[in-house]
Amino acid sequence: MNLLEVTNLKVRFETADGIVNAVNDVNFSVEEGKILAIVGESGSGKSQTVFAMTGLLDHNGSATGSVKFEGEEILNLSNQKLNKIRAEKIAMIFQDPMTSLNPYVRVSDQMTEVLMHHQGSSKAEALKHSISMLDAVRIPDANNQIRMYPHEFSGGMRQRVMIAMSLLCRPKLLIADEPTTALDVTVQAQIMQLLADLQKDFGMSIILITHDLGVVAGNSDDMLVMYGGEIMEIGKTESLYSKPTHPYTQGLMSAVPRLNDSEERLITIPGNPPNMMKPPEGCPFSPRCNYANDQCSNVSPILSNVDKSDHYRACHVEIEKIV
Amino acid sequence: MIVANKKKIKDMAENFSESGAGRSLWKDARIRFIQNKAATISLFVLLAIVSFSFIGPYFAVWSYEQIDWNAMGSAARVGMPSIESGHYFGTDDLGRDLYSRVIQGTQISLMVGVLGASVAVIVGTLYGATSGYLGGKTDQIMMRIVDILMSIPYMFVLILLLVVFGRSIGMLFIGIGLLSWLDMSRIVRGQTLNLKNKEFIEAAKVTGVSDFKIITRHIVPNLLGIVAVYATLLVPGIILAESFISFLGLGVQEPSTSWGALIKEGSGTISYDTEWQLLFPLAFFVVSLFCFYFIGDGLRDALDPKER
Amino acid sequence: MSDQAILQVENLKVNFDVSAEGDMPWTKPKKLQAVNDISFTLNAGETLGIVGESGCGKSTLARAIVKMVPAESGKVLWLGNNLLSLSDSETRQYRKQIQMIFQDPLASLNPRMNIGEIIAEPLRTHYPKTSESDVKSRVSDVMNKVGLLDNLVNRYPHEFSGGQCQRIGIARALILKPKLIICDEPVSALDVSIQAQVVNLLMDIQQEMELALIFIAHDLSVVKHISTKIMVLYLGNMVELANSNEIYQNPSHPYTQALISAVPIPDPNIEKNKELILIEGDLPSPINPPSGCVFRTRCHKAKEICSKEKPNFIESSTSHSVACHFHD
Repeated sequence: MNLLEVTNLKVRFETADGIVNAVNDVNFSVEEGKILAIVGESGSGKSQTVFAMTGLLDHNGSATGSVKFEGEEILNLSNQKLNKIRAEKIAMIFQDPMTSLNPYVRVSDQMTEVLMHHQGSSKAEALKHSISMLDAVRIPDANNQIRMYPHEFSGGMRQRVMIAMSLLCRPKLLIADEPTTALDVTVQAQIMQLLADLQKDFGMSIILITHDLGVVAGNSDDMLVMYGGEIMEIGKTESLYSKPTHPYTQGLMSAVPRLNDSEERLITIPGNPPNMMKPPEGCPFSPRCNYANDQCSNVSPILSNVDKSDHYRACHVEIEKIV
Repeated sequence: MIVANKKKIKDMAENFSESGAGRSLWKDARIRFIQNKAATISLFVLLAIVSFSFIGPYFAVWSYEQIDWNAMGSAARVGMPSIESGHYFGTDDLGRDLYSRVIQGTQISLMVGVLGASVAVIVGTLYGATSGYLGGKTDQIMMRIVDILMSIPYMFVLILLLVVFGRSIGMLFIGIGLLSWLDMSRIVRGQTLNLKNKEFIEAAKVTGVSDFKIITRHIVPNLLGIVAVYATLLVPGIILAESFISFLGLGVQEPSTSWGALIKEGSGTISYDTEWQLLFPLAFFVVSLFCFYFIGDGLRDALDPKER
Repeated sequence: MSDQAILQVENLKVNFDVSAEGDMPWTKPKKLQAVNDISFTLNAGETLGIVGESGCGKSTLARAIVKMVPAESGKVLWLGNNLLSLSDSETRQYRKQIQMIFQDPLASLNPRMNIGEIIAEPLRTHYPKTSESDVKSRVSDVMNKVGLLDNLVNRYPHEFSGGQCQRIGIARALILKPKLIICDEPVSALDVSIQAQVVNLLMDIQQEMELALIFIAHDLSVVKHISTKIMVLYLGNMVELANSNEIYQNPSHPYTQALISAVPIPDPNIEKNKELILIEGDLPSPINPPSGCVFRTRCHKAKEICSKEKPNFIESSTSHSVACHFHD
């Protein structure tokens, strides 16, 4: 059974300048114990998708569709119920750890509070558990470090503290929203390694949101490529990398500078990301697509199966022309 | 494979269909301000009050210092608001026409507010911007001076000034204006410090733009927003201060008057059934203050960069 | 490409004063070594890539070269003249030859000025007598060069996307036809697809105008694409300097090796089986750097000698220098 099932999710924002459809008819599911990567550039709607799922949309946003977690509908639940789910079953970590750490409270107090409130453990028990969790995220000298304030940790360590905190209640699903974007490469490597190990130890599922295709390649089972609020391509990570069937995925993959090739000029995707105030007609990628034809700029393509596998793409152009 | 093709990039580089003038931040702010109903209405009401204080005198039958001997002493019976007698707002206890006196009070109160705020804005902006831009020791010394001045109770000094040098509008301006720039200078300094580290200032410095040009071309225009907001909020503050001083009997001198002085007189005679003597000046006072606050609020929302 | 050196940096040091919170005004502030003893030569038309993690002093180095932060000692020779010993007014005439582009594309443009004014500012500063029509034609020239339509001159920065703002920043840097552009993380704030456009644009312009570039980034793969040689910085010290292919194929310093191995490769087959050289621990404080080799606290090769002696920066081959006691 799938842990999480998202069907026809739509997110729209009412702004002073008009309505923005940030996410359009997104469908996907997360299997138990697997890592799903959501890839997209800024404005692709990748973050809004998970914010809608967990009820963290801004006040001017609204979501429709269905999000089933362990078979139960969680979209647009009351805040009270969502709080409980967010604390115990779905944890989130963000790009900036300080969004979920209170700068004025010691890490020990922040961590024990979660356990005491949600699991009713005693103070001593909670502290012991918290220290073991800090050990698990490999914070050296956890016994003493736990008494520090969040700002006393370095960037990478702070990220570890946040991960430890989000895992306290043993969530079934961890949503990591650009967890390493603000970090240096060497620290990024440490954190990704840590997440991979924790995922195996705890047997949880992870939704990894990122724009870094390198991170996705090493750390996901399935991936989902978004552009302009729509899913462009979805499937097993290996099969998307070895055979990208959507012009956008293909462009994105070849635009990444690689250490291991010596080609001097980079391959680019021409043009600029869409203005979500005035999204293009038809396929959102059509204005920047080299294969685009009349149909693309009029009719929105729907996700269709590639090779009868679980690899899907939303594109009008025949696969043979692209691959 | 998608290969970059120069011509295509150029065709697509811009998805702006129309050329011509862009929307400057000021234009954007104006649009947002107009969309804010409370602020726009307040602006019109305030304009109406200001123009009333200029056009009003042409319709007055009585001047503000002329005494209607009929009404003197019996304002409650004779001096009530009426069109026939020419006292549209009634008379005060001495039989003077309240319509003319309210107009006069409006002129004086608004003038004190606007002039006082301008003094504060000019002094405060220059002081704050200089202090913030120069930084280092100069900044330390300049800001400590502000701290010292701020620690002096402001009303107390104002009252002292008026008592020692005598009651005059000039003194009131100097007193209020010279003391209310302190907050302004702090706000401007903070903003300047913030701007100073922005990359566009750095870009200008690397290019070799002179310090003076950096202040006038890059720092001051980016300060204007916050200065405008603060100034509109400062005006009612100064009007309130002036009214308070006048209410204590230390403000403008008879026969001139201001909102504060009128309200004081009106509240003193409220038990003689002459409630109009309080209500007319009070209405002008309250409505104007509300207008200023709403406009200030509207400006802040319109200019707030966080909204974008 | 000519081999003439346009910029020579010799033993450049930059220190910052840091005073701890609660210090008295007269307490002597501590010295923070932001940039320590850096030397390199840049030829016309070349690109020097500077890589390192945050806090390694790469931005400070760039700012010291253009005199935005004062240097403690050393020389910055621009065509043979030491910029550091010139007065402010003498420096001004060199300012037009060295320009800079910045990390945050939007923040580097004054929000109250329109695009035309922004791009023309350097021109108006150095040649105030240029006629309006000349300014206009120069502006539209550079705009075309960076792939912007010249009918956008009246628009304002906030109406553009990040990539377009960066193009505007590049246009402003180009209008005085400089000889060197210092790029401080110019693509780190951009999306992948836009990043590639900007990198290509910089390379095209460099070829067309015979520009030298100093390209600062934390992303090794981008730097490798654009650079002729690469300098790796750690805690304000040079640890390795080599040709860009050389440094990737044959990294000699343990830090460079770790840095390269940490770059994720967008290929699941390679990435999932890759052997990572993880460096543990945190960056030491630059106020109190480790004795001897600065990297020794996190280095897996560290021996006793590393804490006693600071390794010299030696040439291991003609185009490859490294600061390590045990370089291979």
